[in-house]
Amino acid sequence: MSGETHPLGNVTRAPGLRAWLTAEVTASPRQASLQRLYYGWRRLRNNPTAMAALVALACLVAVAILAPLIAPEGYDEQNLAGRLLPPSGAHWFGTDDLGRDILARLAWGARITLMIATLVAAIVAPIGLLVGTAAGYFGGWVDAVLMRVNDVFLSFPSLILALGFVAALGPGIRNAIIAISLTAWPPIARLARAETLTIRNADYIAAVRIQGASASRIIARHIVPMCLPSVIVRITLNMAGIILTAAGLGFLGLGAQPPMPEWGAMLSAGRGHLTGAWWLSAVPGAAILITSLAFNLLGDGLRDVLDPRSE
Amino acid sequence: MIAVRDLRVSFAAATVVDGVSFHVPPEEMFGLVGESGCGKSTVLRVLCGLNPAWSGQIVIGGKAMSPVRDRAFFKDVQMVFQDPYGSLHPRHTVNTALTEPLAIHGIGGADGRVAAVLDQVGLGGAFRYRYPHQLSGGQRQRLAIARALILEPKVLLLDEPTSALDVSVQAEILNLLTDLRRQRNLTCILVSHDLAVIAHMCDRIGVMQHGRIVEELTADQLNENAARHPYTIELLAASRGYDRALGERLADE
Repeated sequence: MSGETHPLGNVTRAPGLRAWLTAEVTASPRQASLQRLYYGWRRLRNNPTAMAALVALACLVAVAILAPLIAPEGYDEQNLAGRLLPPSGAHWFGTDDLGRDILARLAWGARITLMIATLVAAIVAPIGLLVGTAAGYFGGWVDAVLMRVNDVFLSFPSLILALGFVAALGPGIRNAIIAISLTAWPPIARLARAETLTIRNADYIAAVRIQGASASRIIARHIVPMCLPSVIVRITLNMAGIILTAAGLGFLGLGAQPPMPEWGAMLSAGRGHLTGAWWLSAVPGAAILITSLAFNLLGDGLRDVLDPRSE
Repeated sequence: MIAVRDLRVSFAAATVVDGVSFHVPPEEMFGLVGESGCGKSTVLRVLCGLNPAWSGQIVIGGKAMSPVRDRAFFKDVQMVFQDPYGSLHPRHTVNTALTEPLAIHGIGGADGRVAAVLDQVGLGGAFRYRYPHQLSGGQRQRLAIARALILEPKVLLLDEPTSALDVSVQAEILNLLTDLRRQRNLTCILVSHDLAVIAHMCDRIGVMQHGRIVEELTADQLNENAARHPYTIELLAASRGYDRALGERLADE
């Protein structure tokens, strides 16, 4: 890159970087893949709702990271003299029935929500991809067995199934994550299988087969990259449902246990004060709503960017 | 080099290849010509191991073939597909497409081999990190040929390698194939519905109709109009361009 030693490095470097990212001739694998990312980012940038969602989620991540700065006293600092205070300069979102600052709990609770969402995604994406691509690629009895197991999981409403698992495993965040993952993988597997079926007979798969590649290599290196975009989109869209299910489990007392500031549990705690202190339930409710909506809108935007047919 | 005897392939109820026999000596190019659906592409897919449901006898390089091939087989026999828009992985760069066969067979020195084969098919190093959607149809087919050749096979199967391309690009690809075949002493089978392409490229030609080879003749015989089978004569007439009288006569039949 030119201009790195220039005194106004940043000024001259930006166009140089852009030229490097839009170069007709790519000189290294890194440049080729970064160029791909850059063009995707440019497409995403043209989508205002997706960008708004991205900003909202970035704020959420920032709040979660900066929770110790926003609320250095922690989420469990009680002040029984200042119970149920309405929103004010001192307590932006008011206090709850034990005098805890709701903003502090909301900020610390963002960590829990994000942890649940990322862990579920990290569990569900590989399982769904593995099961779906294997079923689609091998077909026959492998497909039949995997998809009937899938049907068993799909046939229950996810919250009911999660409730059942948590009831069996015992309440708590860890078990909530396991339960939500168990209910969230079947749609991903279905999607991956459908994508696999459309490409398994493509010539480029035949070409790698007659190079002598093993089935695991074909699936991992040739089929999964084709399924990945739609799986990423689907998981982002499902994130809203995952967060709602986590909040629902918290609300029912089966997810995070007190005093953890999980948003669903906070909502549940505010239920008894709905008429007298609306902010107890309205604030975590709004946080759940905004986060779910942001994930949904971002998923929509990503679908436009990642759709392989758009190239 | 390649001997096929009484090859039969059936899909469900339909018999697609119905007793095909032919023989290709080393370093010869054998052409299979016929209308679409006559089973010529199926013969190629059986030969390269993509279609395991067949009966008959296939001998390649002195070895009798079973329906399932081992990895060493694919090092010797490679295929170029008809549609360069469908035969290249859309998310793999030129470099990835070419290093993949080397990685599968555990062949070292990938960097030099990729550069050399790109050079041979007339794609410079500038194309190395491009994605297929950044290439034209002809460039894609060159890449597909490079991918088939990087394992240095002895047999190259060509399934209508030019039918998806412009006429001007077709000639370039055909010339490239002629050159490469000579340089590398390849034994080839070329499948096409275009008799002109076949006559230009091949030493001997098998004319296929309804899953059978109805006539086999040399390129010279073809050029001297020595074809005897009525279907071959019909194909020859059709390849000379559109002829109203012929069209009407065929429509009447």
